[in-house]
Amino acid sequence: MLKVSYYPGCTLHGTAKEYGQSVVAVSEALGIELKEIEDWSCCGATSAHSTNFKLSVALPARNLIAAEKHALDVMVPCAACFNRFKTAEHYLKKDKDLRTELEGIIGGKYQGGITVRNPIDIICNDIGLDTLVGKMKVKLAGLKPVSYYGCLLLRPPEVCQFDNYENPVMLDKIMATLGAEPKPWSYKTDCCGGSLTISKTDIVVKLVNKLMTMAREAGANCLVVACPVCMANLDMRAGEHVRLPVFYFTELVALALGLKGPGGWFKLHHIDPRPLLTGLGLN
Amino acid sequence: MKTFLEEVNEKIDGVPIQRCYHCRKCTAGCPVTFAMEHNINKIIKMIQLGRRDEVMGSSTIWLCVSCETCITRCPNEVDIARMMDALRQMAIESGLGAKEKNILKFHEAFLSNIRLGGRINEPVMMVQYKLKSGDLFSDMAMGIDMFMKGKLSLVAPRTEDMKALRRIFENTKQ
Repeated sequence: MLKVSYYPGCTLHGTAKEYGQSVVAVSEALGIELKEIEDWSCCGATSAHSTNFKLSVALPARNLIAAEKHALDVMVPCAACFNRFKTAEHYLKKDKDLRTELEGIIGGKYQGGITVRNPIDIICNDIGLDTLVGKMKVKLAGLKPVSYYGCLLLRPPEVCQFDNYENPVMLDKIMATLGAEPKPWSYKTDCCGGSLTISKTDIVVKLVNKLMTMAREAGANCLVVACPVCMANLDMRAGEHVRLPVFYFTELVALALGLKGPGGWFKLHHIDPRPLLTGLGLN
Repeated sequence: MKTFLEEVNEKIDGVPIQRCYHCRKCTAGCPVTFAMEHNINKIIKMIQLGRRDEVMGSSTIWLCVSCETCITRCPNEVDIARMMDALRQMAIESGLGAKEKNILKFHEAFLSNIRLGGRINEPVMMVQYKLKSGDLFSDMAMGIDMFMKGKLSLVAPRTEDMKALRRIFENTKQ
């Protein structure tokens, strides 16, 4: 049994409900025990670092200090939270004065002894793809996803240390293991427009339509993501003429493992993926 | 008297931006260049030339989506994304505000929502944003759809130690 601390972040109980529930279900099925961080608070996401540097380090630092109490690595599914935790860690380790100041404000010492992880790398490296194969009940044959990694899991590379930052492969490997046919494409790490989705919707629409068009050109029939904002943008801002269904990778892992839950999650998507899955005999 | 360039470099506290030799790899990789008033490498040049008002009053610094592609590719390791954060913070601190008003209002609504409950309550945050921006009706259909699917619960668990959160906000105020 692999034990980790768990930081769900704000969206996994709300607009990214499917991600939150599928991460929990998949973790249970794969033997990962999640210990939710006590009384966690928001990481600050884009709005903190865009307007106030100290606040943007302090908010994740509070959670890192709380997580250290368990002395376990912390799993952070949301790409934005992951990036903010990694960035805060980077500055806390690099700048002793800042660390001392923030420890005083937060009221706790930062040891720097735990690692911030993402479920993609925990599944690939700790659980292992062989274990995944062993637990599969359904091969996702006929599903042709393009893996969309987005920005924040990978960049800046020195901070995230996650996967190849121009051509990442971990999600593709998971998809291939599940029996799907991941399609190579050149847009794995091209930005979806992020948090401009509310204040500058037309920019996001343009970026998302490009991604959908390129996914189709690559021969894909769906996209797979690991970020709540990317999902929201791809699922809700794509034009009707180009859109394809989008999945959180954990939803597809759950589907392949034969878990209860995917039906309920797919209903929550804006672009209904069920016609595609039914057509492939996977629903 | 510090020059604008010195001020920006101090705020970034990393690689000095005059290391940029304008290879334009950053601009070439920036996903929102098409919507920007000035290219990001041009912003660096403008800072070097001391054109403070133009830089801080530009829409460019607000449209940056912090995708970090620029810093990943810069051959001289100039942290352009961090520079954009610094310029935004300087614009706020100087009382200038934002050329892209709604983008700043979104950030303000987001952060004030964290102050309320420690965690983002998405529907309340959206209401806060809509009231601030006056953009009351866009995304209504989407909002109703999400509400019906149970994704926008008005009642969400909050952080209990709000005293700690308030202390963080008070002591990191600009």
